[in-house]
Formats: sequence, structure tokens, C-alpha cells
Amino acid sequence: MQLPPALCARLAAGPGAAEPLPVERDPAAGAAPFRFVARPVRFPREHQFFEDGDVQRHLYLQDVIMQVADVPEKPRAPEARLLGRVPAFACQVAGCCQVFDALDDYEHHYHTLHGNVCSFCKRAFPSGHLLDAHILEWHDSLFQILSERQDMYQCLVEGCTEKFKTSRDRKDHMVRMHLYPADFRFDKPKKSRSPASAEAPGDSGERSEGEAMEICSEPVAASPAPAGERRIYRHRIPSTICFGQGAARGFKSNKKKTKQC
Amino acid sequence: MWSRRQGRLRPTVCGVEELRRRRREREAALRKARREQQLVSKRLLRNDAPEEAGEGCVAAILGETEVQQFLRQAQRGTEEKEREGALVSLRRGLQHPETQQTFIRLEGSMRTLVGLLTSNQALLQLEAARCLHELSHSEQSTVAEACLPATSYLLTYLSSHSSDFIELCLYTLGNLIVESEAVRRQLLPQGIVPALAACIQSPHVAVLEALGYALSQLLQAEEAPEKIIPSILASTLPQHMLQMLQPGPKLNPGVAVEFAWCLHYIICSQVSNPLLIGHGALSTLGLLLLDLAGAVQKTEDAGLELLACPVLRCLSNLLTEAAVETVGGQMQLRDERVVAALFILLQFFFQKQPSLLPEGLWLLNNLTANSPSFCTSLLSLDLIEPLLQLLPVSNVVLTVLCNVAEKGPAYCQRLWPGPLLPALLHTLAFSDTEVVGQSLELLHLLFLYQPEAVQVFLQQSGLQALERHQEEAQLQDRVYALQQTALQG
Repeated sequence: MQLPPALCARLAAGPGAAEPLPVERDPAAGAAPFRFVARPVRFPREHQFFEDGDVQRHLYLQDVIMQVADVPEKPRAPEARLLGRVPAFACQVAGCCQVFDALDDYEHHYHTLHGNVCSFCKRAFPSGHLLDAHILEWHDSLFQILSERQDMYQCLVEGCTEKFKTSRDRKDHMVRMHLYPADFRFDKPKKSRSPASAEAPGDSGERSEGEAMEICSEPVAASPAPAGERRIYRHRIPSTICFGQGAARGFKSNKKKTKQC
Repeated sequence: MWSRRQGRLRPTVCGVEELRRRRREREAALRKARREQQLVSKRLLRNDAPEEAGEGCVAAILGETEVQQFLRQAQRGTEEKEREGALVSLRRGLQHPETQQTFIRLEGSMRTLVGLLTSNQALLQLEAARCLHELSHSEQSTVAEACLPATSYLLTYLSSHSSDFIELCLYTLGNLIVESEAVRRQLLPQGIVPALAACIQSPHVAVLEALGYALSQLLQAEEAPEKIIPSILASTLPQHMLQMLQPGPKLNPGVAVEFAWCLHYIICSQVSNPLLIGHGALSTLGLLLLDLAGAVQKTEDAGLELLACPVLRCLSNLLTEAAVETVGGQMQLRDERVVAALFILLQFFFQKQPSLLPEGLWLLNNLTANSPSFCTSLLSLDLIEPLLQLLPVSNVVLTVLCNVAEKGPAYCQRLWPGPLLPALLHTLAFSDTEVVGQSLELLHLLFLYQPEAVQVFLQQSGLQALERHQEEAQLQDRVYALQQTALQG
């Protein structure tokens, strides 16, 4: 198919349009038996006209068509490009001894464990949104006061602006309206024995698998546990000290109960 | 990402012929599926590092005991590596439909998996998500439905900060969405639309591509026009989608393809297209068309037709909206470079993807039907002859020529003398009634507005060409009328 040579130049040049030629229709044009009418055509979703293009689209989705485009590879550490793999390295957050051999894994670890972390109780949350709600509801005394008078518990579903008197009401709403699971792990009710209390030991029932909280490192040099709120703060260990395999990584329910200072 | 996708294809030991055969088979299967309106395709992210996969070894099917064992190990193992390893083994097994069935029939298995998914052991979380991803690839809707307990968490994690994880969750959601209406019925009240609207602000290309994929699957649902598209149009998603389609240094082909298809599904459902026009869809798409035409001139095989196709469709369908005129929409698309770009793309299709020529010509029809400006451009840019070269491909060529001719004498003067009349005499020799009918319409207009053409027509045995069709029911009246005109002229 031959195109006029000036066409590419026209494309490269600036926007614009030639003055349209004058339109002058003769009524005889549309007179029977002729019936042409200029009109734009639309095709609905399932029309057969789209078959070929749709099939190509789905072949692409199924990875049968291999496409090349110069999109840069996901950046990895410089050594990785040379060696193909990044040598093992440790998480740089004080007290955390996790070791990784891939940058992507580290990124995920970092965001999961050290990302949205509550500075009061060290719980980690998947998103800033949930962290904010947590801080408000668990650590803000003003919130407690206000919630006695007005609906303060905000629905946790992104985009829903409903507020409720109690966290129980909110949970009911999330279950009924949003079809969330009743045991949604990021909406644990606060179990308080006393105002401004630390974690009650009874909470260890929550520390079964899938608990949305983890304390990453265990204090080995057990400093005397101060009373009250301080009890739930994590002790920081100098990053140069790493305590071998089991001790510092992950958590074990039993240890939690006793070591949870 | 395109280059990553290449890496995901399993290394095959088969030759080119075999690959072609498989592709033909797949294509045939897809065509059949489409005709039955069952077109479902999923995207699988399989990231096996070379050392894991082994030379083409296929993971074994896991039995019930093994699945239980791996789950127990993952949940209660002492060593983190051990727990991770258990999940990796489970994930490999889940590549098999049989293992998937075994898994979902096992009591408490999904609960355990969800527990691992939501643990704060980052690597366990990732592996659990990969297991879910394998399950999402199943073609059995029972398996997809077994994943329902996980969806609220998948959505929650869309607002996390780990881009790899988000990407995985999005692809998993996209796969689940397309497989089961029950999943969609749950995801909508769970807030998938606001979650996507928040997630689309991510700067990560891989996340955006995954999001586009998930959204495109949501939009393909049968119930989408009534139940899904309205809430999408009410969100900030359309504006963001259009942003992803704006040409410039930030345009990423993989991302643009997904969102162009999303836009196509929205537009051809005709829910509220004037809204999109109001957001500047026409001008964005027009500029993108120009960009594509520029790109096809430079690169060889970049899969640009994958992007060109939905862009053409969106433009064509949008142009049928009345809002195009009233909202000053026509102003958005006045630039004659659009016509130039379209022809460059038509030439590209002619060489690389002829099946897209009818779609390109459809756009040309919609551009020219009510636009003296574009009809003039067609003439002033000397595009009539290239257009005629496409006559064998589609009758829409004739329709477009009629669009030009019906605008009056000023237009017909530019159509004659030239290659048009010989081309028409040629098409009159066809037996296809549609083609001949359109040719007759065009002749009528030409005779009306450019009477000198009649003489030449007669000299070139036009009457004989007409006579061939005087018995044809659909053509008779028009043939007769033209014969009269010619004889009187």
C-alpha cells in the first residue's frame, strides 16, 4: 500500500486543518431508489466485528504472542546485574536480623514488617490507612472521649465513609454491607483491662497463626521490664548482634507469653 | 512488563513449526470461545528462578496427605526456611488441577492459607500469595470460589507498599474475577473499585499494568454494563486511565495496552460516553493515535497493533456520540494529522496485521461521515488513491468515498478525473451485491455532482457493466436509474 511521500512530513508537522471545502447538497442525492446516508457506525460489545481483534488480545494475555519493547528491567542492586544474584544481606533495621538473597524479598519484608508500624505498640499494618485507624482507636485518648458522644469508628473499607458508635457496630457493618469476614485480622477489637493498658496476656489467644502483629526481635539481654505502657515496647538490640537461627526471627507463641515484657 | 513476560514463558524444546501449530490451535479455540461468548483468558505470573525449575521437570501432583503435610509444616514449622520451603512445594503442586481440587476439598486448607497470607512473616506471605495465584489460574469456578475468603485481604494489600506483592494480588484478583460471578458479587461490596482507584496512583509500572489487567477482566464481565461500569465511571478511575494513555516520555506500552482495552470495554458498553468525552477522551486518544503512527514508522515489531486496536475502537465508538458535536467534541478532533496517522497505521496493518484493516476503515468512516473537514483532508492529503488500494479488503472504502462525494460538487470535482472511475468500473464487475450496491450509490453521487464523469463512464463501457446487474433484485432500481441518467447525460 503506497502512501504519498508528504504524509509522514504532515504527521510530523504541527496541528491544523485545511479550510473545509463548501458543502452543497442536492436533494436528488438521497432520492429513491438511492439510499446512501453518511453516518458514523457503532458496534456493541459482543459484535462479531470485534472477533479478530479480541482473539489477538487474548492470545497476548495467554502469552502466546511475544512482544518486544524496550522497557528497562526492574532495577536490582548493581552487583546483581553482574552476578545475576545479589549476595545475601541483612535487613538494616535495628534489631531485625532477617537475611535475604533477593532485593525483591527484602523490599517486601521491609514494607511488611517495618513499614506501617505503630510507634506505640509496634504492631505492623499493611497500609497507612489501617495504621492511622489503629492509632486513633487504640492510642488516642481524645478519640475515646469523643467516641462516647458521637460515632467515631470509621468503616475500614476504602471509599466507605460510614462511622459507628462502637467497633462492634463497625464490624457488623463491614460483615453485612461489605461482606468482610467476621474475623478480619486487621480489625481486632481492643481488649482493655484498664484505661491506657498494655497488652493483656489474654491477648495471646490472638497470637495464633496469622496474627497481624509481630515483634521481630527478642530481647536476650533482658533489661528489667518497666511497668505499665513501657512493657509493650520492643527492646532494641544493636544491629551488630545477631542471635543465631531461631531466637531472633519469627515468633513462637510460648516465648511470646513469657518474654512479652 | 514486556521483557519480564518473555522470561516467563517455559523454555520449550520444540521447533518453529510446533509453535506455529500451537498458536493456530489456540487461536481456533479462542475464536470458538468468543462465538460462544465465553472468551476468558488469564494471565499467569510464574516466577520460577532457573535453579528452582530444573530442566523442564513438571511438579508432581500432590495427594491429600502431602497437601496437609505441607500446610502443617508451613504453619507450625520451626525453621523459617522450612516453612517457606513447604509452601514452595505446595505451590508447585498447585500447578496441577488435581492438586487444586484436593486442596479445596481439604477442610481448613484455605483458612490456613489465608492465615499464612496475613502473617507478618513476609516471605511466607509472598509464598502464600503465590499459592493463591496458582489457584486463581484454575479454569474451574469451584476453585475460584474456594478463594473467596481471601479476597478481602487481597484488596487490603492493594494499599500496602510492597509493589511486587501488590502486583501479585492484582493478577490473582484479575484471574479470580474473570472466572466466577460469585467472586465479582463479593468483590464489589468489598470495595474493589475504591481500592483500585487508590492503587492506580502507584508509580510502579508493573503495578499499573497488573491493575489494568485486573480492571479489564472486571469490565469484561457480562453484568459489567449494569453493575460495574457505573461505579467505575463515578470514581476517579477514568481520569487516571486517560492519563496513562497520554503520549509522552511516561507512556508505557504494556500499561497503555491494558488501559486502552479497559476504555474500550467501557465505551462499547455505552453506559455514559459523554462523561468520557467530557474528560477529554477524544483528544487524548487522538494524540495517542498520532503517537502510534509515529512509532510504527520507527520500530519494527513492537506489538503496537495490540495498542492500536483498542484505540481505534474507542475513537470510532466515541465519534458516534451526539455529545461529540454539542460538547465541542468535534473541536477536540479537528486535527487533520489524525487522518494522516490513520493511513500510516492502515499501511502498517496492511503489512503486519491485515485483520485490523476493517477496524481502521471503520474509524475512517466515522471520522469522515459528518465532517467536511476530514473529507477535505482526505482530498488535500492525496489519500484517495491509497484508499482505493484497500478496495479488495472492505466495502467500507466505498462508504468512505460516498461520505466524501455526498458533500457536494466541490468534493466530487476533486474525485474526478482520477483513479476513482476506473476503480468503480472494476468493482461493478464483482458479483457481491453489497459491493456493487455501494458502487452504484457512489456513481449516482458522482454523476449528480460531476456530470462530466458520465461521458467518460459511457466511453469506458459503463453501460455494459451496469447491465450485468439489471436482474438482481436488490440492485435493479438503482441500475435502471443510473442507466437513465447515463443515457440522458
